[in-house]
Amino acid sequence: MYKKSVRRRRAVLALLVSLSIALLTVYFGESASGGLHAIQRGFLEVLAPLQEGANRALKPARDLVGWTGDVFDAKSENEDLRSENERLRRQVAALQTAERDARQLRALVGLNRSEGFPDGYDTVGARVIGRSPTVWYSAITIDKGSSAGVRVNQPVVSGAGLVGRVSDVSGGAARVTLITDHTSGVSAQIVPDGPNGLVKATVGNPTDLLLDFVQKGRAVRTGATVITSGWRSSRLESLFPRGIPIGQVTRVDSDERELYQRVHLRPFADLRELDVVEVLTRKPAPVENAQVTP
Amino acid sequence: MNVTVAGVLRLLVLVLSVVVLQLAVVGQVNVFDANADLLPLVAMSIGLLAGPVTGATVGFLLGLVADMALLQTLGVTSLLLVGVGYLAGRYRELRDATHKMVPPLGGLIATLGYAAAFSLVQFLLGVESPVSPLVIREIAVSALLNGLLAIPVFTAVRAFLRADLIDDLRPRRRPVTRLRVTT
Repeated sequence: MYKKSVRRRRAVLALLVSLSIALLTVYFGESASGGLHAIQRGFLEVLAPLQEGANRALKPARDLVGWTGDVFDAKSENEDLRSENERLRRQVAALQTAERDARQLRALVGLNRSEGFPDGYDTVGARVIGRSPTVWYSAITIDKGSSAGVRVNQPVVSGAGLVGRVSDVSGGAARVTLITDHTSGVSAQIVPDGPNGLVKATVGNPTDLLLDFVQKGRAVRTGATVITSGWRSSRLESLFPRGIPIGQVTRVDSDERELYQRVHLRPFADLRELDVVEVLTRKPAPVENAQVTP
Repeated sequence: MNVTVAGVLRLLVLVLSVVVLQLAVVGQVNVFDANADLLPLVAMSIGLLAGPVTGATVGFLLGLVADMALLQTLGVTSLLLVGVGYLAGRYRELRDATHKMVPPLGGLIATLGYAAAFSLVQFLLGVESPVSPLVIREIAVSALLNGLLAIPVFTAVRAFLRADLIDDLRPRRRPVTRLRVTT
């Protein structure tokens, strides 16, 4: 009896481990249009409304937790005041939620109207409904998908600057890989006439990005602004249009043995506190002198 | 654990709710630049309450649903949570899992192990950027947070599955060994 239960236990373990490894292998081997990816997107389609509902319903509670943490020492001792506090706290949490949303939306509008913001792009506003729990996957889930015009590889911005790019889309939701993800790379330039480079993440530190491949000898000033360079060749074009602010130079590492200097920057967008973002979708090209052929 | 249709449904509801709660709420609350992770805690709790087979199965399902919902590489989280659920279940079989400190310490150790293994898998799959030492701090803070959260999570999981559990894992009372004789 005991041996039978041991055998069963080991068999279940072996089966589950094999299944996980098989999933991992097949997932890695197939393209983005493969079967597992399609199932994944279908599942997200079903789960996204649930996630969005939970996100909206529990947002005041979430903000309340953060707020309570900040004012933990300010608890009232008076019984009447305590109950009054409870009521006000709920109100404050709700107002803070609204105020934070409004601030982010105002900033988005401001960014869209600012000079240098890329022309030829429409924007799709989206709410963040999920966040990857591990430090290794720096990604968020937003509540807009292909039905709203969102496509893979479109840039995503917040009111402060570049956030990332759309890496996967389902009908009603999309995954956004943040610029702090280790797979991310953004061609960038230090303005006004600084050198070009590639912005990469520093895993585990969302406040530090690295502008790599900046040639030695090129002067880089601390405090300078870094924007997307938006290069274009005859065949290829950068995913990110020129002019989206990324961050500010904080320090420069220059090692004599290295060919390039490494420029550290702090991203403008607070990637840990994103509630609302915008996806930049291309405007359809105007139809001029359309001819109808029989 | 009693394997009934109602019990299996309860487990599926638990898995789905935990993933939604983690992604929509817990994952978005930052404490000292880190957040708690309910997934290893729930896998550990199920393992402690229902044994290694159920623990590993629920761990697998939790990982699968989380990877699906996050459009992440399928199989990574499942593989690691199978380990967490199984080892917690084995602990229950081999040691006294009724001690009050088992859930918090187990939560802390499970989270540390899970996060370390996750990092290792990421390195094996290839990391294309420099890694900050702050990763270690974040893992440590997450593990501490999970250690604190383990007691309410364990209690909630036990209450949710009480009808299906064969023996309720509560601290046992010591038998009376001495009798007081009065003259």
